[in-house]
Parts: sequence; structure tokens; C-alpha cells
Amino acid sequence: MVGRARFALTVLAFGYAFLYLPIALVILYSFNESRLVTVWAGFSTKWWSALFANEAMLRAAWLSLRIALVSATVAAVIGLAAGYVLARVPRFFGRTLFGSLVIAPMVMPEVVMGISMLLLFVVSDQLVSWPNRGFLTIAIAHITFSIAFVAVVVQARLADFDRSLEEAAMDLGATPWTTFRTITLPLIAPAVGSGWLLAFTLSLDDLILTQFVAGAQSETLPMRVYSSVRLGVDPQINALATIIVAVAACALIFSGWLTRRKA
Amino acid sequence: MRLVIALPYVWLATFFLLPFALVLAIAFGTNNPDAVPPIDLGVSLKNFTLLFTDDLYLAAWLGSLRIAATSTLVTLLLGYPMAYAITRARPSLRPLLLMAVILPFWTSFLIRVYAWMGLLSSNGILNQFLRNTGLVADPGTILGTEWAVHLGIVYAYLPFMVLPLYASLEKLDTSLLEAAADLGASPITAFFTVTLPQSLPGVVAGCLLVFIPAVGEFVIPDLLGGTDTLMIGKVLWDEFFLNSDWPLASAVAICLLVLLVGPIALFQRQQAKSLERQ
Repeated sequence: MVGRARFALTVLAFGYAFLYLPIALVILYSFNESRLVTVWAGFSTKWWSALFANEAMLRAAWLSLRIALVSATVAAVIGLAAGYVLARVPRFFGRTLFGSLVIAPMVMPEVVMGISMLLLFVVSDQLVSWPNRGFLTIAIAHITFSIAFVAVVVQARLADFDRSLEEAAMDLGATPWTTFRTITLPLIAPAVGSGWLLAFTLSLDDLILTQFVAGAQSETLPMRVYSSVRLGVDPQINALATIIVAVAACALIFSGWLTRRKA
Repeated sequence: MRLVIALPYVWLATFFLLPFALVLAIAFGTNNPDAVPPIDLGVSLKNFTLLFTDDLYLAAWLGSLRIAATSTLVTLLLGYPMAYAITRARPSLRPLLLMAVILPFWTSFLIRVYAWMGLLSSNGILNQFLRNTGLVADPGTILGTEWAVHLGIVYAYLPFMVLPLYASLEKLDTSLLEAAADLGASPITAFFTVTLPQSLPGVVAGCLLVFIPAVGEFVIPDLLGGTDTLMIGKVLWDEFFLNSDWPLASAVAICLLVLLVGPIALFQRQQAKSLERQ
């Protein structure tokens, strides 16, 4: 038993070191005096000042935040509907296709989704001169692949809890809509909240789909970061990474708190 | 209720299903740089024959499959003991340990790949470490090789492996292990006859969640690989963005989809099955 415990401890120590050491080093070198990320030349916050003075980066961050807010909100609504249908409506015409459509974007290679959505927007633009590529097309693309993630969280939560409350409400004469609003929704609200957060971070992070559908004028944060890191390591990106890790940690802790809190 | 079904249905049919029909139509067209968009529609098999006869494309297909398969195997070998160790931790610790696996997934994918650029460069921290400890006199440069691509995939996709493995190992009935031990099975025999078969759904789900996106991966081979690292996701990207050959890029997308339709269907069946069990 002692041997097994030691094995588990070693595995966990190694696994978490592998996951976190690279991130820790990125954070550490954001405070490095030197431009090189390989030599430690003393503590400095100059890359942080440079980041906050980098207007292209700030503009990209602002665009990304606005897109993420819109797409997470729409994806939460559609994902809620999809998750509810998957968990509560066992039979209707085209149910199998529905299930596939909801889950497939989770595993579809992004380059394939990217090119196919771009072609849709190009054809639509040719036919009806709409939509212009930019904010709207990026948001639509992000919504489409985020729906799956919200739906899965909602569906898991619905599968978890007792249906008898909903049935009781219906027996007492509540319409399906009233039952949903007063019983189901309050119970699954935490799942919708954590699905929203997940959709928000996925949207903030997406590069490939965005690059395909963005058009010439819009540049999101990952696009800006990508064109910068292609040229090599840059301590400003390390500073940005530090902020992203901090925000992600807060979002995850908040999401964990949401899902664990019993309604 | 009809409206609740229709909303996601119509959205996904319009923005997810319909686009594939367009990709299919355009994949049979030909490239015309003078047109806007640069496409001549038609029924030419030229793009597909090129993809399966040209050495460069063949190497990219095989490279993608090989790199994705070996990385998936390494991720499994690393993720399985981790998931197992988490199920053996004190119950009060488990949510925290799981959260620590999920956290990297919530931070930026791009940033996590970027983290390895500094680590693996010729004067990077890994090489300094290897030199200073005298383990390897001249480690060479890892960045820009297939090694770096493997490492990047394993690192980026490890959470996708650990989570489904944990979910199936958590449900493991430990009294079966005790029974096996009582009947004289060694821990290793017990593992292969009791633990592993019961966690097979998790193994399959985890491997698919790593393998499928890894085959079409673009960011990792682009940032960590070299010019000789051929992967099909990067070929699609380059045909589209550098050569502006939309029909050929569409043909690559169609082939990639056909190649992955089996694994994707398997993943969906398993998702549906695990739902029924709940």
C-alpha cells in the first residue's frame, strides 16, 4: 500500500510539473530585464509597460473581448436549448442528426470548419451582399463551435437531477414553459453560467476559425499574438500570457464554484 | 417545444452542415486567380488526384497520421497513470487536482504552444539544462523538429486525455480488485484483467479527443515544427492563405473529413452510450 501511494505521488508530481513548468517559466520571464527569454538579466517591468503602450495589441484585445461577450451570450442561449432537448426530448424527427450536429463541432478539425464557414460567408456575400467579413462573421463562427460545449454541460446537469420536481409541477397544472422557467432553469442556471464562461474563454482564444472568417480589417487578440510569435519569442507576449493565465484561473475557480453550489 | 428544437437545429444546419456542402461543391472546381472569389466551378477531379499522387501531399497525409498516432499513444501513457493517481487521492483533494488538469485548457492554446518555443530553442532552457548537467554535450536544436511537434501535441492535449480517463476510472468498483487479490491475482494481473477493461470507454474517448484534432493540427507544426514537418492541416492553411488555391484547400478539407468520419462517428456513439448509462 505504501509503494502504491508513493507511485501515485510520483506520477502526480511529474504530471503537474510537466503541465505547469512551461507556464511558470513564461510568467517568470515576463519580468526579465533582457529581451532574450533564455538569459535571466535581473528583474524588470519594462515589458509590461511596453505591452500596455502597444496600441495594436490593446485594440485587438478590445475587439476580442466584445466578440467573446456577444458570442458567449448567444451560444449560452442556443446551447441551453440544445442541451435541454438532448436530455429531455427522447424522440422527434431527425433526433440522431440533431445529436450529431450538436456534438460534432467539438471534435471537428478547426481548419475544416474554418474554410467551410468562410466559403458560406463568401457565397452569401456574392448572393445577397451580406454579411461583411469582420465582427459579425467572427461572432457567428465562435457561436457555432461554442454551442456544443454549453450543451454538454447543460445536458450533464439535467441528467443529474431528479425529474420528479418537473413532473410534479406539470401535474399541478403548470404549462411546460412555466415549469421550465420556475423549476428547471433555476436548477440548471449554474451549468448555463459555467457554459457561458467556457464559451467566453474559447472565443477569446480562437485563432484558426477567426483567421479564416475575419476579413482584412479586423484583428483579434490571438491573431495579433500569432503574427508576433511567428517572428520569435517576445517578452511582451510573456506579459500578456501572465494576464491570460490569471484571468483563466479566476474564470475556472468561479465556474467550479458555480457548478458545485447546489441550487 | 418546437421552437426549442428548431433554434439549435436551424443554426447548426445553416452554419455547420450547409458549409460542408459548399466545400464539397468547390473542391471539384478549379483555381482561377483572376476571379473574385478565385474559383471556377466545375466537375474536375484534378484536385483529388493531385492530393493522392503528388509525393508532397502523400507525405503530409502519412506524416499527420503518424505524428497524431504516436502523440496520442504517448499522451495515453502519460495521462493514464495521472488519472489513476487522481482517483486514488483523498476525496477532498480530488476536485482540486482535477481543476489543476483543466486550468491549462482554459488558458490560451496559442500561449501554451508559445511557452515551448522559448524552452526548446537552441539556447533555450532545456538545452542549457542538458549542457550544464552534462547529460548531453551537444543537444542540438529541438525546436523545428518532429520531436518538438510531438511534445507540443502531448502537452496541449493532455487534459483531454486525463478527463475522460478519470471519469471512467472513478466509477471503477474497487471490490472487484479486492476479489481479484483474494483469488491470488498479482496487482499487475488485476490491473490488466479488471481495471483496464473497465476503463476502456475512457481510453477510447480520450484517444479520440486527442487523435482527431491532432491529425488536423495547424498551430503546433507551424510554431514548433520545421520546414520538413509535413502535416495536412498546415498544407490546407498554406494552400488557402499563401497560394490562394481555394478549390485545392477545399479538397484537402473534404479528404480530411472523410478520413476522420470514422473516428468522429465512434466518438459520438460513445458519447450517446455514456448518456444512456446516466
